[in-house]
Amino acid sequence: MTAYDLLLAPFADYGFMRRALVACLCLGLGSGPIGVFLMLRRMSLVGDAMSHAVLPGAAIGYLVAGSLSLTAMGLGGLVAGLSVALLSGMVSRVTSLQEDASFASFYLSSLALGVLIVSLRGSNVDLLHVLFGTILAIDAPALYEIGVISAVTLTVLAIIYRPLVAECFDPGFLRAIGGRGPIYHFLFLLLVVLNLVASFQALGTLMAVGLMMLPAAIAQLWSRSLPSMMAIAAASATASGYLGLIASYHLELASGPTIIMTAALLYGLSIFLAPSGLARRYFPRPHLKG
Amino acid sequence: MSAVAIELEDLTVAYERHPAVHHVSGIVAVGSLTAIAGPNGAGKSSLLKAIVGELRPSSGTIRHRLRRTDFGYLPQAADINRRFPISVLDTVLFGAWRQSGAFGQISSAERQKARDALAMVGLEGFDRRGIGSLSAGQFQRVLFARLLLQDASVILLDEPFTAIDGRTTGDLLEIVADWHHEGRTILTVLHDFEQVRAHFPQTLLLAREVVGWGATADVMSPGNLRKARAMAEQWDEGAGICEPAR
Repeated sequence: MTAYDLLLAPFADYGFMRRALVACLCLGLGSGPIGVFLMLRRMSLVGDAMSHAVLPGAAIGYLVAGSLSLTAMGLGGLVAGLSVALLSGMVSRVTSLQEDASFASFYLSSLALGVLIVSLRGSNVDLLHVLFGTILAIDAPALYEIGVISAVTLTVLAIIYRPLVAECFDPGFLRAIGGRGPIYHFLFLLLVVLNLVASFQALGTLMAVGLMMLPAAIAQLWSRSLPSMMAIAAASATASGYLGLIASYHLELASGPTIIMTAALLYGLSIFLAPSGLARRYFPRPHLKG
Repeated sequence: MSAVAIELEDLTVAYERHPAVHHVSGIVAVGSLTAIAGPNGAGKSSLLKAIVGELRPSSGTIRHRLRRTDFGYLPQAADINRRFPISVLDTVLFGAWRQSGAFGQISSAERQKARDALAMVGLEGFDRRGIGSLSAGQFQRVLFARLLLQDASVILLDEPFTAIDGRTTGDLLEIVADWHHEGRTILTVLHDFEQVRAHFPQTLLLAREVVGWGATADVMSPGNLRKARAMAEQWDEGAGICEPAR
């Protein structure tokens, strides 16, 4: 088997592989940096919760469209995810519940409702698709949607970068100078939901956060500055997408889980090899003079 | 009498209806350097929070003609994420918010000012260090550098020298004295009475109510301090409604 057969042929030969690859690259570019911010805001699990919250909306979209229409499900998911984000944000602002507690309550209700709706009308196959995604079945409209979402994500992140960093780093300061922190918080949550909707179509509701949090964790192991963290996260997310697709093609494995497993492998390697990783502990470098 | 920077009129700030600051009235003059002293639970931090607008007064009013960006506020235990991957220089540059805003460019002049501010707090050459590698004292110096850059006309400091060593405290007190000479209005919450006597011409001795407010030597009398301690320890779970005095 030549390098061409191994690395390029699957994409040259099959349109669905090309579309899956482009989808992965777009998802990685947007989700990686978003994941870094989620992790720095100590909201890693909120991302997970949100990905489940998308489900009932997607399920309703599926019922309305009558088939696995990615656009209808994406729209429904967007509405559901945003409602849960706004509602739990509001609950934690007006009651004594912390944001993670209100998120947990909302996403569990949301997930239960979603599975109920799907099982009401759909078959088990549909349920599997909703839970685990259909990255090899992404059609052109869905691909445009994913591409637009990642372009919007990067643009908005670039625009709100300074207030968002201030809101993550020192919210009290932003408040004191009248910086309208909540607006940026909600804009950021909107980006999270958009990216989850995009990955939901590819990776399913259970693993949609995979290309968000694993690359973010990898980035945090390798770097100490925010811009390079975002670059590393985007790079490792897209690399996982490409390598995962290749592996799933040749080994005849399910694509979505293989992509996430690739990211997990990179994460495992990073735990050992990264500057703050385990290898340093067993092979320490001598300390400096001052 | 010099101009009034902030006027408090019968100000009460309450948590769950229990007053933390109770019927406080008084005037902060422009350019004054005032220490707010008092025992724990005397409402010192709550008073600052009410002045910057973080706490809403239960009754009474706070009058001033300042915009939010005219205040430089350093809270006690700021909920700052010290593990955030940001450099010392970028942290200080948040002080240029009034010029840059949320989206504007940061000019090289501001950058130079930030470096100068770092030099003033004794952290020359720390620009590119991550804040995660700083000690508590160094980090407090960084926050003072940010305040320097903010160029605020009213500066509110809440226990700025807690857990800070003597040398750092001395350096930072010098910066406070410089601000005073530049005519800025400064309110500082302190628990160290020696510091208050040595460096602050005005004192507000607070025990939820005003025990004394004026020249430090007059206010910090043994009698007043005893009174403050006794007053702060009263917390009546079954307290009745406070009727306005007639």
